[in-house]
Amino acid sequence: MADHAGPIKTTPLNDLHISLGGKMVPFAGYSMPVNYELGVLKEHLHTRSAAGLFDVSHMGQAELIGADVDAALETLIPGDIKALQPGRIRYSTLLTPSGGIIDDLMVTRPAEPHMANRLVLVVNAACKDSDLDHIERRLAGRVKVVRQEDRALLALQGPSAAAVLARFVPGCDAMVFMSSKIDQFKLPSGEKVDVRLFRSGYTGEDGYEISIPNSKVVEVAKALLGQSEVKPIGLGARDSLRLEAGLCLYGSDIDTSTTPIEADLSWIISKRRKLEGGFPGDHKIIEQINTGAPKLRVGIKPEGRAPARAHTEVLNESGEPIGEITSGGFGPSVNGPIAMGYVKAGYAAPGTKVQLVVRGQRLPADIVAMPFAPHRYFKSKA
Amino acid sequence: MGQLRFTKDHEWVLVEGNTATVGITTYAQGQLGDIVFVEVPAAGKDLKAGSEAAVVESVKAASDVYAPITGAVTEGNALLPDAPETVNTDPQGAGWFFKMTIANPAEVEALMDQAAYDKYLAEIG
Repeated sequence: MADHAGPIKTTPLNDLHISLGGKMVPFAGYSMPVNYELGVLKEHLHTRSAAGLFDVSHMGQAELIGADVDAALETLIPGDIKALQPGRIRYSTLLTPSGGIIDDLMVTRPAEPHMANRLVLVVNAACKDSDLDHIERRLAGRVKVVRQEDRALLALQGPSAAAVLARFVPGCDAMVFMSSKIDQFKLPSGEKVDVRLFRSGYTGEDGYEISIPNSKVVEVAKALLGQSEVKPIGLGARDSLRLEAGLCLYGSDIDTSTTPIEADLSWIISKRRKLEGGFPGDHKIIEQINTGAPKLRVGIKPEGRAPARAHTEVLNESGEPIGEITSGGFGPSVNGPIAMGYVKAGYAAPGTKVQLVVRGQRLPADIVAMPFAPHRYFKSKA
Repeated sequence: MGQLRFTKDHEWVLVEGNTATVGITTYAQGQLGDIVFVEVPAAGKDLKAGSEAAVVESVKAASDVYAPITGAVTEGNALLPDAPETVNTDPQGAGWFFKMTIANPAEVEALMDQAAYDKYLAEIG
């Protein structure tokens, strides 16, 4: 991750955030709303019961262009890009030579015929410059990296998201989870805006991420916020929603010191790529798949009501250190404290009893399966 | 009705006889947001002015509540561990944190009164 010296940046929605009562804080070099007038707790619950609109324009969007773009990108990530079907999205990770995670990202193969030989990437805000520099450097001569700084990104998440968005983009409710297409968003004025829809998100709910030209994102956001089901949601609830969904936050739960296997992301590596390797850190990662990793990311449920925050030490029942919490707090939908973190191999099975050192006291907790709140992704038309 | 005083850390202190009741102000709970966990000190605990006395956690973060004066805890609010949201709904009433003895009345006198606290809030804006 890069340092964020220099002037703070804003997204094209900055004025709208302020007019909506957003409490603005610095995040990844941008001024972003941590919450609006509802507050984190109600914003979280609203997203799970209706629909929440998130500004995620700080994230990095880019296109990779090249005749062998699939094979080229496979030299940097363990995902099976050759098998990625047109119009489908894959979650993967950029890796260091020792198998550590440089960033997690979404890779989309466009369905549109005019976008053959292209992949669309969405990467984390804090890492976007270093990620794209890394790809450009490592794939020089094979792949052209086109940074889409002229595009904003909104996320519309929650059980009402599909019905709401279909009012502006008819038919978008038929898209399946982890699919993507270019479509037109019909503004209330009648004007049509070209957008790229991704049926994906970071909340565990059904929903969309919508890539929109900067010049049109305010109008699109206002149109969505004009729907009775939709409220603006800040970064605070984005974090509690993703934690309940068991999803990793880069820089907290995964970084260059964790491999995808240690992070319990082995599902991102296909059978072919496990057999063939050919990605950074492949020897170490394949060995961990075969013989086990020394530590594993797990869900941790404190037994009482006290939240255990990031960097809380985890002990076994005898009081020996076995790991550390990497994300922890209060889960509004769970209505109690929840956490994730790393424990030594041997302590990762759900049901294992552990202790958490909170303000000098040892609090009992259990290793649990994640997610804490069930995923409700859209699989197919009922 | 006793004497109401405030600290710069946004705690309130209600002095009635030789007992002080301590909580966090309406402003403080608004800054913290939705409160989901409160830990209050047990009766008998000795506190020094400025020492950590209680813990309050919102969805976002954990914060310490400091002892505004020196004394011994006589009662922690038993309601708060099970109903932490009371601090949001009634911060300067049912959402009190703990009661304590007053070792040194001069420490109370040094705290802000309502007018001074209102002025302080206006300054930090």
